Amino acid sequence: MRSKYQIFLFTFVLIMTAVAVMSYKINVLGFPLFAGEEKSVWNIEAKIKFKGTGDNAFISLALPDEQKGMFVYNANSSSPNYGYTIAQNEGYNRGEWAKRKVKSAQTLYYSIDVIADEQFVPEKEKIYKKQYQIEASSSVIQSAKAIMKDAYEFSSDDLSMTARVISAFNKKEESQAVKLLKRKYIHNKKDLRDVIAALLEDKKVTLRRIGALRLINGQRNVRLKPMLEVYEKGKWQLFDVEKGKVDKTEELFIWQRGASSLLDAEGVKNSRVSFSVTENVVSSRRAALLKGDKAEISLIDYSLFILPNESQNAFKRLLLIPIGALVVVLLRILIGLKTSGTFMPILLAMAFMQTDLIPGVTMFILVVSIGLIVRSYLSQLNLLLVARISAVVIVVVGIMAMVAVLSYKLGVKDAVSITFFPMIILAWTIERMSIIWEEDGSYEVLVQGGGSLVVAIVAYFAMTNPIMQFWTFNFPEFLLAVLGLIILIGRYSGYRLSELYRFASMVKRDEK
Amino acid sequence: MKLALPFELKNLGILGMNARNIDYVSKYNDRRLYPLVDDKLKTKKLAKEYGLKTPELFAYIQYQAEISKLRERLPKEGGFVLKPAQGSGGKGILIITHQEKGGYFKANGDRVEYYELKVHVSNILAGLYSLGGKDDVALIEKVIEFDDVFEGFSFEGVPDIRVVVYRGYPVMAMIRLSTSESDGKANLHQGAVGVGIDISNGKAISAVQFDRPITHHPDTHKELSLLSIPHWDEILELAAGSYDMTNLGYLGADIVLGKKKGPMLLELNARPGLAIQIATNNGLSTRLQRVDEVVKEHLNVKERISFSQRNFGENHD
Repeated sequence: MRSKYQIFLFTFVLIMTAVAVMSYKINVLGFPLFAGEEKSVWNIEAKIKFKGTGDNAFISLALPDEQKGMFVYNANSSSPNYGYTIAQNEGYNRGEWAKRKVKSAQTLYYSIDVIADEQFVPEKEKIYKKQYQIEASSSVIQSAKAIMKDAYEFSSDDLSMTARVISAFNKKEESQAVKLLKRKYIHNKKDLRDVIAALLEDKKVTLRRIGALRLINGQRNVRLKPMLEVYEKGKWQLFDVEKGKVDKTEELFIWQRGASSLLDAEGVKNSRVSFSVTENVVSSRRAALLKGDKAEISLIDYSLFILPNESQNAFKRLLLIPIGALVVVLLRILIGLKTSGTFMPILLAMAFMQTDLIPGVTMFILVVSIGLIVRSYLSQLNLLLVARISAVVIVVVGIMAMVAVLSYKLGVKDAVSITFFPMIILAWTIERMSIIWEEDGSYEVLVQGGGSLVVAIVAYFAMTNPIMQFWTFNFPEFLLAVLGLIILIGRYSGYRLSELYRFASMVKRDEK
Repeated sequence: MKLALPFELKNLGILGMNARNIDYVSKYNDRRLYPLVDDKLKTKKLAKEYGLKTPELFAYIQYQAEISKLRERLPKEGGFVLKPAQGSGGKGILIITHQEKGGYFKANGDRVEYYELKVHVSNILAGLYSLGGKDDVALIEKVIEFDDVFEGFSFEGVPDIRVVVYRGYPVMAMIRLSTSESDGKANLHQGAVGVGIDISNGKAISAVQFDRPITHHPDTHKELSLLSIPHWDEILELAAGSYDMTNLGYLGADIVLGKKKGPMLLELNARPGLAIQIATNNGLSTRLQRVDEVVKEHLNVKERISFSQRNFGENHD
């Protein structure tokens, strides 16, 4: 009985492998379990406008960095006639466009595609260190000290202190200190952010200045929202300089980190950058593939998805065969249906997938019936076996052509799909049926022919099931579980359902 | 439609198809040995070596070219049987009972022409009746005149006795009687009657047709329980001996009872069917397990047979 345990172990390993790989693909790579799940892909476009002055133009734009929860899979700079390079500056990327003697109004575009992905974590997050000093008079310093004294006293850590400072700047009744600072330094939101950052940095708070975009569809000509990130206990906390702590970060894309300028332009005038955000809804599967392709995940790099579309479609059908095999195994071993030829029902089911069920079954019965009649005539000619089957093949082709033409004339379009039937299989089926007819009688033909048809129809439903189709192709490892199941059933030594009927007369029950 | 419950069948010790395949056929029947039983010519030659009686072989035909000289191979007078060496389930067997003025006649009186015989042999050689359509050999055997005891029990065909032999022990037996419905063939699928036989004495126990119990032969209306097979010990020896000959642990031995020659081994089957359980109204599992318990204790055919007769007779179950 050692082999029995081996079977269980083997089956268990197969099924667990399938489950493990599937759940990795679902949870980490973001594959959807079912077809039809959708995901947003955000297209963020930076538009840089400026006027040429006839000088050599040099434009430099801060580019987004890898960030937690956001997967950038595509970056594109469409800037014809400009020399474009990506440069590193203080550890951050900048896109640089250059051209000699630029005249008139110019527009440059830089766009990225982003998928929100909770699982995505960049290899290492850079910590921004550099501090910026603000030249200040003594009255300003006094005010700043007053604000920070208050903030320090009424807080417990860097986070609560930051929140306190932000609320001090946004209160309706501003303190004298805030009024002074606002009047002197703060003309827009960016200034507000920079002043708050400077105050906090003075108190040795680790922070980053960031410029973020909200991921809402249809935004045009928006600017980066100046924000702050404060480091506390191993985590970065985001702050809106007007509203305080921000907990929901899914809808925010951080374009720029650090205090360096977003846009630098030399040799041009009136330069400005604006952003637009567009949402595209794609299937989750496609999103996962885009991501896997970019991240060079070998599970996807060496998967069926890299094949050309045509072969992918061929494999979609091939991968369903194991499902059909499982149906055959179930119906033969557990139910005890008789079929003519072990795997003929699968081939029939494949043909039904092309023709649709009702026309397929009708045509199968039609061709086999006509074939049987012709075969019974051929048997009178006393041909050798190989010649007779070959003759039946030709007759089957003829019947198929005839049925197709006749039914097309009658307006039944489906009949043309008859060509999808595996011809040789049909010929063999006819030959085998007719031998069964001669040797075992018409009843056995009905039992085996009907059995084959029933199995084929059940296999057809299993193989056309959308979930099965989706799983076999997107999770080919699912077939390992099917394999495990088939191996397990292969060791089933209990009674078949048909035997409960067959041996019923041997059971004598006391009660009637 | 009445359905049995799985535990009811288990309590009766009935063997299911899946259990037969996994626990017995694939466990005790080495695939390499299958040709010994799938090819009747090989079986025949082997049986001769081991001294087991088989129906007399007149000739065999291997090549299509030999067919033109078929008449030379056929006996000049009397009956003969044309059969494929690798046929299964009685397929392709043509029985000629007598010849008259160049014509050949079947048991039911139908005349068969010489050219029809040639076509039949040609079909056999082309593999029409063999497993998987393999090229085959046609055997020409002496027709069996069956023993008078079967008079009235069989319609046209030759009754054949099936003994299931497990690891050398005959465990269950039945006799298959042809009917008009089975077209003279002793094939249970086609409506032949299966009569369960008591291993200990060769007497009928119960009978079935189409897997359902009957008491009288549907054509001759003879009461089936009156059937008692002579030479029973000899039959069991033939069956049990075929295990030593083939080494197949789970075996069905088909035996015919000739009028003058007595029991003869007709063919062997490495995948004997389960209908025998219905015919004998008994489960195979119980007996097979009983054999497993004692298999080391009995050394020769005689000892094994006497164990079977002591334990598997009707009075013991």
